[in-house]
Formats: sequence, structure tokens, C-alpha cells
Amino acid sequence: MTKPALLINYEYCTGCHSCEIACRNEHGIGLGKWGIKMLEVPPFQIDEEHWNWDNAPILTSLCDMCADRIAAGGDAACAHVCLAQCIEYGDFLELARKASEMTGKVYVISNQ
Amino acid sequence: MKDQWKWGTDNDYWVRTCAWSAPGCHPVGCGLKLHVVDNKLVNVDGDEEHPVTNGRLCVRCLTLPEYLNHPQRITTPLKRAGERGENKWEPITWDDALDLIAEKAREIQGKYGMDSIVVIQGTGRQAALYAPPLAFGVFRTSTTLMGISGYSCYGPRCAVAEFVFGTGYPELDFASYFPDSYDHPGYEVPKYIISWGKMPLTSNGDGFFGHSLIDLMKRGSKIITIDPRITWLGAHADTAIRLRPGTDAALALAFLNVIIDEDLYDHDFVDKWCYGFDQFAERCREYPPSRAAEICEIPEHLIYRVARQFATNKPSSLMWGLTFDQTTTGGQASHAALAMLAICGYVDVPGGVTVGQPSTFLGKWRVDTRSNLAPGQFENRLGAKNFPAADRSQWVCNPDITLECLETDEPIKLRMAVLQSTNIISPTNNVQPQRWYAGLKKMEFTVCRDLFLTPTAVALADVFLPVATFPELDGVVLPHYGRNPFFVAAINKAIDNPGVRSDIEFCIQLGKRLNPDAWDYKDAVDFFDRQLHASYDFGFDELRHMGVYQGEYTYKKYEKGLSRGDGKPGFNTPSGRIELYSLLYPMWGEDPLPYYHEPYYSKYSHPELAEEYPLILTTGGRKYTSFHSEHRMIASLREIDPWAKVTIHPADAEKYGIQNGDWVTIENWLGKCQMKAWVSEVIKEGVVHCEHGWWYPEQEGAEPNLFGVWKSNVNLLLPHFCVNPLGFGSIYKEMMCKIYKAQGLDG
Repeated sequence: MTKPALLINYEYCTGCHSCEIACRNEHGIGLGKWGIKMLEVPPFQIDEEHWNWDNAPILTSLCDMCADRIAAGGDAACAHVCLAQCIEYGDFLELARKASEMTGKVYVISNQ
Repeated sequence: MKDQWKWGTDNDYWVRTCAWSAPGCHPVGCGLKLHVVDNKLVNVDGDEEHPVTNGRLCVRCLTLPEYLNHPQRITTPLKRAGERGENKWEPITWDDALDLIAEKAREIQGKYGMDSIVVIQGTGRQAALYAPPLAFGVFRTSTTLMGISGYSCYGPRCAVAEFVFGTGYPELDFASYFPDSYDHPGYEVPKYIISWGKMPLTSNGDGFFGHSLIDLMKRGSKIITIDPRITWLGAHADTAIRLRPGTDAALALAFLNVIIDEDLYDHDFVDKWCYGFDQFAERCREYPPSRAAEICEIPEHLIYRVARQFATNKPSSLMWGLTFDQTTTGGQASHAALAMLAICGYVDVPGGVTVGQPSTFLGKWRVDTRSNLAPGQFENRLGAKNFPAADRSQWVCNPDITLECLETDEPIKLRMAVLQSTNIISPTNNVQPQRWYAGLKKMEFTVCRDLFLTPTAVALADVFLPVATFPELDGVVLPHYGRNPFFVAAINKAIDNPGVRSDIEFCIQLGKRLNPDAWDYKDAVDFFDRQLHASYDFGFDELRHMGVYQGEYTYKKYEKGLSRGDGKPGFNTPSGRIELYSLLYPMWGEDPLPYYHEPYYSKYSHPELAEEYPLILTTGGRKYTSFHSEHRMIASLREIDPWAKVTIHPADAEKYGIQNGDWVTIENWLGKCQMKAWVSEVIKEGVVHCEHGWWYPEQEGAEPNLFGVWKSNVNLLLPHFCVNPLGFGSIYKEMMCKIYKAQGLDG
């Protein structure tokens, strides 16, 4: 493994905030702080028929890539509950390779 | 799913369960794992084995520990200590509380008759299933309802489905009946899905797991949204039609006009299974796309495009939302939308809509509880004679007539109220909340069942009884309340909280005092065990071990004699077919064919009001962070959505001098309220959208403030009794208003 990372298929991030709360629960993080935080590009009209509305979760310094859960054979807390199932935990390079073959809005992110 | 539903040690263990209220939500039955230490909920996680939700959870379940252990939560019965509205209480025991309620009920019903007690339920929570049996079986009163004008939540759509299709609720086929889900042999992914007047991602309406739509989008489904707003789903849709609120019926008829005119419909299905096509087609011809485009204020070419996409890409499907209940001709829009599904051949086929069986688990028991009423009592319940269509399809009293009854004491003076999981004076389901407040203030005795002291409880209650959360109860969850149940699943008690009761426990324990013959159940487990055995070959303990039981689904039941009571092929309607032309409606004074007319209040129906109130007010959009009036005290959720929000188009904001984030007063001749402005192009110009459900638990609870319940109360602006000849329809989505800048929440 190069380093742990998350692949975010933000084409489908609906802005539900579940990743934020699941992360807080897992790590005992209080109000006003986050391990993962969803940022929003507010909706705007591109042309008569097309719109842009992006949500993009980003990792903070409090994210430990769910080391304990991964060691126990589970997955990252945020990925586990993600309503749109648009977060995938894995190896940075493998996820980057996977992302390169995907169409649409996607990024691989790590804080390690 | 694993056979195991509980694991760990005596003091530190996990319980698998399926979610259904409290806290409020629809009966979606999402799969959870609850971590309990020393009888306290310390964490939750999603159950990856759940066949529909696969571990996914929304923020309302993820904040369950905060909700259950909240310092403001009430976990012992309370009796009013001061005057009503002073918010002074003293704790009493459950036995004393139940004895007191039984004594008051006997006294009041002895003096004034059985129907002088009114049972009012909220929406979504388990009360939706158990409040009518509480009324009929425990109090033996026929006076029971949800306080929502025009019955306008789910009931009218179910009624139209019953009248036109003769079925339960038609729901998008999202493979939820199958353990192997989308991989099930024979299942087909819908090509196009119209999401109409609905926010499935946030609402999870009636048991549909909203993010299943994302699953289907990933598998190739294209989305069409019809909504005055661009939602996230609309921004990611193939086509988003932003129509003028309340014009849905005109648009549906124009889609049908194109489908019929261009001969895109399923002739075989229409010939064999539909009734009245010729008259129906004649009606649709009155709605060419050019006319609908003008009415709906949308580009005409979109009507052609969507009609063609929907009809020629088989299978496609359609989700019809709350808008169909909460607009003036929403019932006609429902009829037309169902006709779109029918004539395109999308009913009861893979990837179209599934339709529920006529009778289901718990349904018979719920109907049977009416036998506790005296002869004629049910038939004469409030409003039954005024609206026979609603009488036939809804079990409850007419909500608009009940409000007037509370005010006038005619035809009966109501004396005692039981408020079951309803925060009726907050802007939730009811219009005219200040009139419900005044009417219910007149009660001699009022019982309120909830989890927190709400504005309603403080203002009205003499006794407050705490409701159990779902981690504190044994029960079952049944999507669509049984009207299209994809599965039946176990709700497993994880925490023993002797201070709270589930709805069925309340029924059993009070029932033993007031009507013991009907309530010989030992406890909730005994009740569900016996109910399950009456419908299935297993009981409650087996269901706990299964977790989720998915029965079998048979497509095209109408071909196999499985849709009618008599075992013949066809549909369970008077003609035996899907009634494009209704044989029932003329009996009730309604047009047998769908039609459009102007909203009760619009610039065309009331031009004299349009100058003063130029904007269209629409309400009720859903958020992830709350269920109606719930969750406002949950700090993690208020951090995400801190204030009531009104969405305003930038052109309107400029016209009225409003900036993003400003406090705004929304006002009309009925009332006003304050919300914070979100200035965004997502809303159609000329329309403002106001959130519902807002009150402020952090503020003073005593009268007159009542946790600020009147400050952002948009339902003050909504009139009651804007109904059609069936008793259905309302104006939650299509009222008139003006806006101006305010100094703050107080105006």
C-alpha cells in the first residue's frame, strides 16, 4: 500500500452530511470540529437546461483514515454510511488508477 | 442477513434493528447496529447486511445518541403543576397517569358521549399505525384524525390509487422486494424516472429509501424532475421542469395529450386493462402543450420531450409526491399521472411501479378495531356524510370539519383531546395553527404523548406521557404502512427505559383499563407475535433472527387473478379495469375525468389580491436534518441548519431589497412569519419557498412565547378548507404572499 486514501465520486455526493456525523461518532469529535467536512459549491445555472451543484467532502487533520476500523477488517466510518455510496476507502495509487477510468466528477484524497 | 441480532456482553453489547420512529421518520426500516454500554446508547452504525440500505444512514439516525440522551428529553410522565402554558410540571408514575386518563375518559364519555374524546395523530411516526386503533379500540371514540387540511398527506394519493387502480400505493420499482436487489433475475432498471413534486432523497417518503434513486442513476436511469425549484436531484437530472406551483394537472394532461396524439401508448395494455380510453383521450385533447406551457409558465418543447422520453423508453417510471395532495387540483393530477403509467404499460411490471396487495399484515387488525364502536358510530364520524369519497377511503374524521367543530361546538362539543405524536400548533401538517390552538384550549382535559415538551405540550397538555424511541421498543416496521410493503422487519429493543412507552404498549396498558376485552395482549412482543402468526408462518422471535423478511413479489398480478378479491383477472375497480374514466367520481359529484383549474389563490383566480401579494408561496421542502417539527433541539443538526429558511430568486430579492442571509417577513392577509433569506436561482422567479416545522427549543417555553412557535410559523399564512368535491386538495404548495426585509426573527 502506498498510503490510505478515499476516492470521492462527487458526481453523486448529494450533500447529506452523513460522513461528517459518522466521523464525529467514531472519533468522539465535538461540535464545530470535523474529521471530514462537506464543502458545497452553491447551485448555479450554466445555461437554459444545465445546472451545477457540487458537494465535496474534504479531510481535516482529525481524520486518521479510520485506522482502527480498517485494522478490524471494517471500512471507513464515512464510507460505510454514505447515502450515495460515493466514498470508497483504499490505497491511493489503486484508487487513482480506478478514478482515471471513471467518467464524471471524481477525486482521490488523503491527509496522510 | 445473519441469524444473530444481539452480540457482546451483558453490559456492553450491540443490537441489530430496523428504524422506525421515534424520532420521527417514515417506515423505511433502515438497518442499524446500536452499541449499548451500561444500558446507554453510545454509538450507532449502519447495518451493511440490510438488503435495501446496505449500511447507509442519514444524519437523523447518526445523531440518535444525542437524541436519546438529550437533557431536555422527558422520560417520566408529567402532570401539569401550574396553569396551562406556564410550563410547570410534576412527575407522576405511569400507573397513576394511566389511571387518571382512564378516570377522566370514563367521566367525560359518561356525561357527553363516546365521541366527545378526539384522538389527533401526527405523521410518519408509529402513531400513523396505532392512533386509529387507540381511538376505536381503547377510547371507543370515532373522533380521530390527523389535523391536516384536505387529509392532504398521502391519504388522497392512496385514495386516488384505490379508485383508479384498485390497488395499494403504486411505488417506483426499486427492486426492494428482492434479497438480491437490482441483480434479481427479471428486474429491469427504469430508463427514465420522473420525480414529480417530491424530494425522495431527503423525504424517504412513506418507506421509499430515497438514495435508491442514486443506485438507479449509477445503473443508467435518467431523472426528470418536476418542481418549482431545482433540487440537487434536479441539478443532476436529464430534464428539470420548473412549473408554476399548482399547475401539475395541466402539465400531466399535456404529457398525455402528446402520448396519445403521437400514438406512443401501449395499445395492448389499454385495450385489455383500461376503461374509458376514448373519453379520456377526448379530455386530453383539451390540453395541447401550447396551452399547458402557458398555464405552467414553462417552455413548450420540454413537454414534448419528456412525454416522448417517458412513453418510448420502456420501462420508465414515475414518483408522485406530496404536491399531489397539497394543491387545488392535485387529485386530478394524481389521476392523470396514474393514467400516464397505465397507458404506457408501466403498472406492475419490472422497472415500472409495483402495486401493493389489497390487504396486508396488521391491516385486518386495524380495521377490526372499529368493531369496538357502537353501531352507526363510525359511519357518523365527523365529516363522513359531507364527503363520501373520503369516508370510503379514509378512516378518520374530516380535518377541516373537525377544526370548525372545535370552534363552534357543532355538531358535537369535544371535551378531551389525546395528542399522539403531533406538535399541532407548530407549522407541521396543519394549516391555521392558531385556530387549532384556540379550539384545543377549550378542552377539559388533554393528554399529549411526545418525547420533548413541545410548544403544543406546553400550551395544551394536562398530562404529558413520554414516547419510546425505537432503540427502546420492540416492534415491526412495514414500508408504506402496509400499502406496498416491500418487507416486514423487526425493531429490536436495545435499551430498557422503564419511563417511556411505545404506542402499542400505551394502547395495551390503557386498553386494559378502558376496554380490556380488546386488549388481552401481555405486552408488545406478545402482540406482534400473535399478529405475525396470523399472516405468516413465523412469529416475532423468528423475525428478530431474520432481521428483514422479504416476501415474494409477483408482477402482472392483474393477468393472474391476484389483484381482485374474487380471484378474477383485472383490477379491483367497479369496471375491473384501470379507470381512466372513473365510474366512482360522478357518484360523489366529481368529474369522472381529470381536469385542471386555477389554484384557489393565484394571480388569475384572485387578480384583486395579486397587486398586494404578487409572489407565490410554496412550503414544505424537506431537509436531511429534521423530520417535520422534530430535531430542532439536536445541536449537531442545528449546526447544519440553524434557522428557518425562505428561498427567493435573485430578481425578486433585488426588487424587494433583500440580500442573502437577511431576515425576511413573509406575509399575506392571514398572517406573517420571519425566516432567513437564501437568495438563489434554484427557485422559479416569482415564487418563494418557506420551510416548515420551525420552533426554537432554546427559547422560553412558557406562554406567550411557547418556544417561539409563532415566529417562523408559515402555516399561519395558509387557509383551511380549500378542498375539491371529494374532500381532498389544499394550498400548502400554492398560496399568495408578499415579502419584505425584517430586523430579525421577531419581525
